[in-house]
Amino acid sequence: MPQKTLAEKIIGSHTAKGEVSAGEVVIVKVDYTFSHDAAGPLLINQVQKLKAGSLEGFEDRTIFFIDHAVPSPTKELSNDQATVRNYSMNNGLILSDAGNGICHQVMAEDYTSPGDLVVGTDSHTCTSGGLCAFATGMGATDIAVAMKLRKTWLRVPESLKIDVGGILPNGVFAKDLILKTLSMLGTDGATYKSLEFEGSAIDNLDVYGRLTLTNMAVEAGAKTGIIASDERTQQYLKEFDRAEKYREIRADDGALYESEISINANDLEPQIALPSSPDNVKPISDVKGIHVNEVFIGSCTNTRIEDMRTVAQIFKNRQKAKSLKLVVTPSSQKVYLRCIKEGILETLLSAGAMVTPAGCGVCFGALGGIPADNDVIFSSSNRNFPGRTGNPKAQTYLGSPATAAATAITGEVTDPREFL
Amino acid sequence: MSLRSNLPELAKHTLEDARSDFPSKVRQGDFVVAGKNFGMGSSREQAPLVIKMLGVRAVLAESFARIFYRNAINIGLPAVVVNTSAINENDELELDLSAGKVLNLTAKQELPFPKMSKTMEAILNEGGLLAYVEKYGDLLLA
Repeated sequence: MPQKTLAEKIIGSHTAKGEVSAGEVVIVKVDYTFSHDAAGPLLINQVQKLKAGSLEGFEDRTIFFIDHAVPSPTKELSNDQATVRNYSMNNGLILSDAGNGICHQVMAEDYTSPGDLVVGTDSHTCTSGGLCAFATGMGATDIAVAMKLRKTWLRVPESLKIDVGGILPNGVFAKDLILKTLSMLGTDGATYKSLEFEGSAIDNLDVYGRLTLTNMAVEAGAKTGIIASDERTQQYLKEFDRAEKYREIRADDGALYESEISINANDLEPQIALPSSPDNVKPISDVKGIHVNEVFIGSCTNTRIEDMRTVAQIFKNRQKAKSLKLVVTPSSQKVYLRCIKEGILETLLSAGAMVTPAGCGVCFGALGGIPADNDVIFSSSNRNFPGRTGNPKAQTYLGSPATAAATAITGEVTDPREFL
Repeated sequence: MSLRSNLPELAKHTLEDARSDFPSKVRQGDFVVAGKNFGMGSSREQAPLVIKMLGVRAVLAESFARIFYRNAINIGLPAVVVNTSAINENDELELDLSAGKVLNLTAKQELPFPKMSKTMEAILNEGGLLAYVEKYGDLLLA
């Protein structure tokens, strides 16, 4: 049997013939389908129009999230959310209601397991690849069909190997690594491809960091990002009471990659994406000192509990800069609760942060700290396109939560290693 | 209903960041001609939907972001990967999907493009994914 990449292995196991190679177009069985308040009304409309198939029998694998604008700031968004809430309740589907967390974070906490095939109406669905699933974002009509037929069609992607040697130094995080990768690939450098990360730095990265890497695979245009499962995956699943879901899956030695990128983590310093594209990346030494009006620590890219612990370590006995707005949005209710238990919330509030309920927050630009005209916002999120945070007259810089925290203290882009 | 769910209202803002006069100037049967990575970013199907609603017959680009491309085909809007560098505004174009070519009648140029996958062509021929699934009652490989 020819050697397979992670994408080929997982997709193959979801086809009738059991084995596939890059370039083939195949029909695959799906394990989970999901949508949310931003795409849900359009999707529900399509599901209702479609006569073929049925939601019955898959209620526990069909999930609706209310996460994009929570708590709802307008009656129009409240009505969209009511549509999603009522539809999922009336059909006995899983509802992850407002405040429970961002879909990708909750998928990684409660649902996605190694080897799963997951499709959702959100481009960052690829986040689940950090648990060694094949997960990819699609539009409302695609997911409507997948929900009712429990299958979809895919072109098996070619894979790019991102080989990360060494180990991430203190103060340098998975976010810095993925920004570095984006600077090398560009926003269309991996279009239609699967990004497969491996090497000693990945082996030494816990699942929280791996989810940050796979989350931003789509920023290079990739169909997905995937990381092999190992004892760290096993440990993570145990933490969320899902130890029995563990399966070891790794790419075969000799699998075919379209190309390979090597990065030495030892040499990496904190990375910053400048306005207005996530591939416009420079090392922090070139960007230090830029004045910032607002810091956002949130989004599905970051703000898992490890990130919150790092941020709290930086803010301990320190204050945010005067006149700077500091908004912290935990990625899920579970993360929020752990922040309370571990005293992180107290540290954040004492530093002068506004801590919002779990959700997409200002990353989505609908609420939660929309910047003023000419504001410079430093964000731990994944996209800095013009207008992304709700004001096209503001400028967005992207970096790790640690860099965001250090920046909030000084009021200008600051290397977090000064505080760690 | 939010703007996102109200397509006729949303359509009034189509591509306004790139061309503020786009929604008022676009005419039935027009083509959108673009460069690289058209549709970068989100998974929102609203993006191709509002372009189609305004009467655009096809989008021609050097390359497309994956989800936009798939969404366009699924809603029955042809998205064609073709060399657009020599096409100028107001050129008269003719698209022949089955032959795999764009004719620039103004510049008297023929621009060939690789044929799309059979599955995509079959979906497009039915006017979109929903119509395709209704016709065959299932998702099949073309």
